[in-house]
Amino acid sequence: MENFSLILAIVVVTALAFDFTNGFHDTANAMATTISTGALKPKVAVAMSAALNLVGAFLSVEVANTISKGLVDETGIRPEVIFAALVGAILWNLLTWLVGLPSSSSHALMGGLIGATIASAGFGAVHGDALVTKVLIPAIAAPLVAGIAALLATRLTYTLGKKADGNAAKKGYRAGQIASAGLVSLAHGTNDAQKTMGIITLALVAGGTLAPDSDPPMWVILSAGLAIALGTYLGGWRIIRTMGKGLTDLQPQQGFAAQTSAATVILASSHLGFSLSTTHSVSGAVMGAGLGRKGGVVRWSTATRMFVAWGLTLPAAALVGALAEYVTGFGAWGTTLVAIFLVASSVAIWKISRREVVDHTNVNESDEPAGVVTTAMAAVTVPPAGSTATEDLAATIPAPSSEPAPSQATV
Amino acid sequence: MKIDWAALGSVFGVSLVVTVALVGLFTLGIAGLSRQEKASAQGSSAALALTGAYACFAACAAAVGYGIYLIVA
Repeated sequence: MENFSLILAIVVVTALAFDFTNGFHDTANAMATTISTGALKPKVAVAMSAALNLVGAFLSVEVANTISKGLVDETGIRPEVIFAALVGAILWNLLTWLVGLPSSSSHALMGGLIGATIASAGFGAVHGDALVTKVLIPAIAAPLVAGIAALLATRLTYTLGKKADGNAAKKGYRAGQIASAGLVSLAHGTNDAQKTMGIITLALVAGGTLAPDSDPPMWVILSAGLAIALGTYLGGWRIIRTMGKGLTDLQPQQGFAAQTSAATVILASSHLGFSLSTTHSVSGAVMGAGLGRKGGVVRWSTATRMFVAWGLTLPAAALVGALAEYVTGFGAWGTTLVAIFLVASSVAIWKISRREVVDHTNVNESDEPAGVVTTAMAAVTVPPAGSTATEDLAATIPAPSSEPAPSQATV
Repeated sequence: MKIDWAALGSVFGVSLVVTVALVGLFTLGIAGLSRQEKASAQGSSAALALTGAYACFAACAAAVGYGIYLIVA
């Protein structure tokens, strides 16, 4: 690790920060249904999910390099580009968490990567075909597939289980939900923790610290696994509330059907070579389960907000990524500026979130609080407003330019 | 641009069949257990229902095991 430059250290820390946001953003995928139906106590649920994420991170290194492959030209990727991509992805993850909307962390990361690459190497470096086949089609297919499967499964379980009641049924559905949620957690650990490992490894290769085509070093695997587990344990309670209570009201049977459908879709898709987003699959499954019960309703206003957020994920993260890459292009002070901006806006988002705390104590209260959450949601609902919000954030970049005059050498 | 419709189609088909089959099996298992519970409350026993229930749960456990195998492999 002799030539471990400052920019490389920044990229590694930022990648771990992204991993952390990825963890708490996606706790909802595995545990929202389990928590809202009361199968597990909130704290127990996130602890179990965190442990399984950590285990999952160690299971294989297969996925580790796939995130960037095919989407952008890897040749000539500099650590700054990866840094800028991560900034875009983290900010989008935090923003969607603030408004409590589930959105794909992978899409945020891809968006950031695409934006940063365009700013650095022009539009030619992005493969449009890969964008459609890897991002757009899966984003439409995942909720449909998981939703239809969950709908039919819910119908079936209500029909077959009509006479089943009492303790046996209660225990049974509880066990079923825990098992399928565990599978989703494990799959998430292998997929998403490895994406971060892939990013860090890519940065190390780009920075010349690792030889090309190396496997991720042990410290990368360990720190990525720990970061995602910690994030998962802290729990994105806002998103859990939306997923478990906001979209529809779930009974144990529905929770079981939804989570089984999501687990099956995630495993089948990654195994059959048409990777689908965990977030999209779970959201679709929850809605399908909502429609499958007689008298069940899906709150389409919440669902619509979620769909809008999905649509915005890629462009918004790309925009921030591109701006960040543009600013880092000015050299060391530019990179420092982006780093300061990232920390400052993360702190700001956290501060705003404290005004309306959602945690394990009130995660199952379905009434949506007015105030900051609603206003912030309104900002995301309308696409133009959403993009101005992002621009406003971005526009603050040049402000503190006079004060930091860092002398650190870059690369 | 080449969209892999075959892969997408098989993901759709496999997910649908496996989900419905698993949930169906598990529900049958639960129904079996529930029947046994009722029977034992009345002093009789429902051995067939109980055996069927365990068979269903075993099949589900096997599916979960296969899922873990897919994650690890």
